[in-house]
Amino acid sequence: MTSLVIAEHDNASIKPSTLNTVAAAAAIGGDVHVLVAGHHAGAAAAAAAQIVGVSKVIHADGATLEAGLAENVATQVLAIASNYTHILFPATANGKNVAPRVAAKLDVGQISDITKVDSADTFERPIYAGNAMATVQSIDAVKVITVRTTGFDAAASTGGSATVETVAAVADSGKSSFVGREVTKNDRPELTAAKIIVSGGRALGSSEKFNEVMIPLADKLGAAIGASRAAVDAGYAANDLQVGQTGKIVAPQLYVACGISGAIQHLAGMKDSKVIVAINKDPEAPIFSVADFGLEADLFVAVPELVAAL
Amino acid sequence: MKVLVAVKRVVDYNVKVRVKSDNSGVDIANVKMSMNPFDEIAIEEAVRLREKGLVTEVIAVSCGVTQCQETLRTAMAIGADRAILVETTQELQPLAVAKLLKALMDKEQPGLVILGKQAIDDDCNQTGQMLAALADLPQATFASKVDVADGKAIVTREVDGGLETIAVNLPAIITTDLRLNEPRYVTLPNIMKAKKKQLDVFKPEDLGVDVAPRIKTLKVSEPAKRSAGIKVPDVATLVDKLKNVAKVI
Repeated sequence: MTSLVIAEHDNASIKPSTLNTVAAAAAIGGDVHVLVAGHHAGAAAAAAAQIVGVSKVIHADGATLEAGLAENVATQVLAIASNYTHILFPATANGKNVAPRVAAKLDVGQISDITKVDSADTFERPIYAGNAMATVQSIDAVKVITVRTTGFDAAASTGGSATVETVAAVADSGKSSFVGREVTKNDRPELTAAKIIVSGGRALGSSEKFNEVMIPLADKLGAAIGASRAAVDAGYAANDLQVGQTGKIVAPQLYVACGISGAIQHLAGMKDSKVIVAINKDPEAPIFSVADFGLEADLFVAVPELVAAL
Repeated sequence: MKVLVAVKRVVDYNVKVRVKSDNSGVDIANVKMSMNPFDEIAIEEAVRLREKGLVTEVIAVSCGVTQCQETLRTAMAIGADRAILVETTQELQPLAVAKLLKALMDKEQPGLVILGKQAIDDDCNQTGQMLAALADLPQATFASKVDVADGKAIVTREVDGGLETIAVNLPAIITTDLRLNEPRYVTLPNIMKAKKKQLDVFKPEDLGVDVAPRIKTLKVSEPAKRSAGIKVPDVATLVDKLKNVAKVI
């Protein structure tokens, strides 16, 4: 039994979600190999070889893999898939994009977003926006899995010594091409990897107010900024800040929800946080039912006060 | 160019589902069912493309029980021209649905297939990508903007850390993210019109597709409950608790 983990990386380094996915593969048992498919990604492959629990890194390098196009990455995975009983992707935008393509080509079902490994063929996963947990068993020969990163503690990123094998990159599919990328620039920690997240809701009222209130708090705590779907839909915050079932799933050490009522779909995205603080002036807001510390107050008063007190 | 749009009948997004006491699943008897919200966005996008004159016909497809006809009528009230139901009472998993849709693609030869990125019941996020693989076509998932021109779709995608734009040759598979568009309200005249539109029904056997599930659900249980903590009277107490009790700052 050998598992293949498809690394999430930026060619220079390995993203933390890879470490959680390696941990899930280790929980399944057997050897763990990592595929680093990229362009000029030697540094990322070398970093992958350091991950504790990984015995081999397969490094596929070429221009066809640079943009992470699903057609090419899936073909790269399929080129080595026959060596593996389990193929695991982090449940990131990239992982979710490619994994089902691999599963369908192998004619196997896919198990999405696992949060626990019960055995080599049985897994737990949330359904209905986390309102129920399903225990599912795959009857296929190969298990294609995406891993909800918050369900698994990260494998240690250093201390391992895997061998690195280089393989040729697949040819371009000729069916899709990369046009451009608009990366939200900031110096903050990445939302899904942050230790502290401060998150704003519709109560902030405008994008100016959102920034005026949330940024000083984030700066003070060295936190990432998140937002509720309502705040994103209203245009107060960028799309990729959305925390919730249909946005990012996060589990930081501290989650501070400001002016967020706590809709089911938002709670599904953050309820695994270690400590939750809710600041809301509505005493009936559902967010208080999951908060460790609730402060019933006007956020426009309480948040600046909090910034001053920290 | 024809566009095929897949729509799923799911428990309405406002309903809080309950796990059955025997842990066999969630109780969906007598709860409100609606079109999966991402699929509504998919239909809206297809109809807008037709209104711009870029496509000639929008065909809505659903796979499942007889009542999916209601979902298809809604799709036609939004503006789909006709509909196809692949009717079965069997549990359909994403791979099976992708195979059914592939069989319908072979029949209809659409230039574009649009699907919601995920259904809000099983939360799988698989069908579109699987269909693209089976049809050996390019995919543009999690779309927040779609432009169709010169035999290509230029699609802006919501990815981690921002947006990405790719070009895919048509025919292609697109899956929708939340902010692609805001679906129109269906009006009564359009609901009446939708009742008269063509709705064909097939069985999986008619399409030669084996829909047997590959993944068995052994148990469905309540998620671990997070209990409410305490209310603090003021900011000073909050800071004290975070520093000295929770020790997270």
